[in-house]
Amino acid sequence: MARITLDHIRHAYGIRPSAPNDYALREVNHEWSDGGAYALLGPSGCGKTTLLNIISGLLQPSEGRILFDGEDVTDLPTEARNIAQVFQFPVIYDTMTVYDNLAFPLRNRGVAESAVKRRVEEILEMTGLADRANRKARGLTADQKQKISLGRGLVRNDVNAILFDEPLTVIDPHMKWQLRSQLKKLHRQFGFTMVYVTHDQTEALTFADKVVVMYDGQIVQIGTPAELFETPRHTFVGYFIGSPGMNVLPMQVDGATAVIGGERIDLGFAPSPKVAAKLELGIRPEFVRIGREGHPVRIDKVEDIGRHKIVRATFAGQSVAAVMPEEDEVPADARIAFDPKAINIYADSWRVERGA
Amino acid sequence: MDKTWNNKAWFMVLPVLLLVAFSAVIPLMTVVNYSVQDTFGNNQFFWAGTDWFTQVLDSARFWDSLVRNLAFSAVILAIQIPLGIFIALNMPRHGLGVPVCLIFMALPLLIPWNVVGTIWQLLCRADIGLVGWGLTQLGFPFAYAADPVDAWVTIVVMDVWHWTSLVVLLCYAGLVSIPEAYYQAAKIDGASRLAVFRYIQLPKMKRVLLIAILLRFMDSFMIYTEPFVVTGGGPGSSTTFLSIDLVKMAVGQFDLGPAAAMSIVYFLIVLLLSWIFYTVMTQGDQA
Repeated sequence: MARITLDHIRHAYGIRPSAPNDYALREVNHEWSDGGAYALLGPSGCGKTTLLNIISGLLQPSEGRILFDGEDVTDLPTEARNIAQVFQFPVIYDTMTVYDNLAFPLRNRGVAESAVKRRVEEILEMTGLADRANRKARGLTADQKQKISLGRGLVRNDVNAILFDEPLTVIDPHMKWQLRSQLKKLHRQFGFTMVYVTHDQTEALTFADKVVVMYDGQIVQIGTPAELFETPRHTFVGYFIGSPGMNVLPMQVDGATAVIGGERIDLGFAPSPKVAAKLELGIRPEFVRIGREGHPVRIDKVEDIGRHKIVRATFAGQSVAAVMPEEDEVPADARIAFDPKAINIYADSWRVERGA
Repeated sequence: MDKTWNNKAWFMVLPVLLLVAFSAVIPLMTVVNYSVQDTFGNNQFFWAGTDWFTQVLDSARFWDSLVRNLAFSAVILAIQIPLGIFIALNMPRHGLGVPVCLIFMALPLLIPWNVVGTIWQLLCRADIGLVGWGLTQLGFPFAYAADPVDAWVTIVVMDVWHWTSLVVLLCYAGLVSIPEAYYQAAKIDGASRLAVFRYIQLPKMKRVLLIAILLRFMDSFMIYTEPFVVTGGGPGSSTTFLSIDLVKMAVGQFDLGPAAAMSIVYFLIVLLLSWIFYTVMTQGDQA
């Protein structure tokens, strides 16, 4: 168990990076507290896996330091860092039995065979693979193999943290839920620091206490699922999280009023952003009301997805999505209204604090 | 799942069947035909039964050649397989080194066999060859035409030079197909270099290694051109392998019956040994 500190970490795969775009990881300054369950969420190529490999020591960062419990481990090799990592595709040692697979990390570290037996049996019990202990690992299903990968991490009782690199990609959907809840249970039981990389927001939001959203080589927001939903710090977080994502509408500000294509929307506060900034209004579809009150709008399409309806509309020349309860009807002369409390203002894609 | 039967499929495989029939089955049957009959020319044949087989199996000449052949194959496999794996493990995985290494490795494979023989014959001659003359000058008299040990060394070294690349290329192909995550997981599990080889690289190379061993066994067991060019089977009969013996018997002495019988025995031995290799190496797969 450890607190992991990332101190000004930057990484470039090229040899001589000069422009910010040369960096796969632009600058990451963050502390993962001991025993936390974190999800690293972001689209492909945003630097999630790079960051993960830097923590585990598979990659050496171009700049910056990594500390475990305040101790600098930047130059320590992977095997000395006591990190467990589960990869996207299950890695198992084909020729070994399930038991030997789980015993492998311990035997490599010269643990006495009696201690190996005790630990491996615990893990077999925990992962529900006890009845297959003496079978060749090769014949197992993908989720069982992934359990072995995880088990090889859990079997060492000196692990500082367990890192997951999209571990459920190859798992059937109905097994995903099961594995994820098992993971949560293990986390509650043993309190490992866990970092879970994914591009699936549902996975991130259900797994983690805190979600770290990455975009274009940097961390754009760290927060609880509720924070990411209510106050996205960056427009990217707004439309990456949520289904459908946040509506982002270019606007002008006139005091405490937003002006979008001639329509005026009361903001409830007067933002004072820098001049020349690109201003946008962000609002989640859940807080957009389609009814008989508000501004004129053209309804383009209504998607009924069972639990609720998604209304696609055009407002002042911009397309807007709204979520409506299943039982509500879209009136013939529909109008649109925005919940002022749920409006976020963005200057150059970054959120402007209220009162700022 | 039920298989659907489509008789058109037979039509599709017919060309291959015909090709195999003309290239393998019919010639083989001709050999079988010769092996059980005697002929004195004029296309007259007399039934000989198993006489030729008895004669071949009773002759010391056959067994000596067979033992030499088995020894040769054993030496070749014992050198080329470990050496091939070793080179493949140390070949670069990225960058400019990859094509350079691959081209150097492929070069010996592109040279016709009799040319390889000629190259090594010239190289090893004690009077003008760089290796033969050099060794002699250094105080190691080297004469492959007179000393059986020198003859064997020449042929083994030549075959290693010629064919190790094949093992290297096959193993390299197996190695580069191993996903990076395996090496990363092994690092995290604290595996030593040896453990990585034993539990990741070797199992993943198993299939190509099987092919490499089978190919190298069959080729070395049927070796003909190179020793024929270099030593002609000598000195004495020290490098007379089955194939050389067979050609001497069939073409030199024109003993078609015994030669045909020997061909069939030879063929069956190759088949049997290949089957044993294959079975031993794949038996773990079903578990």
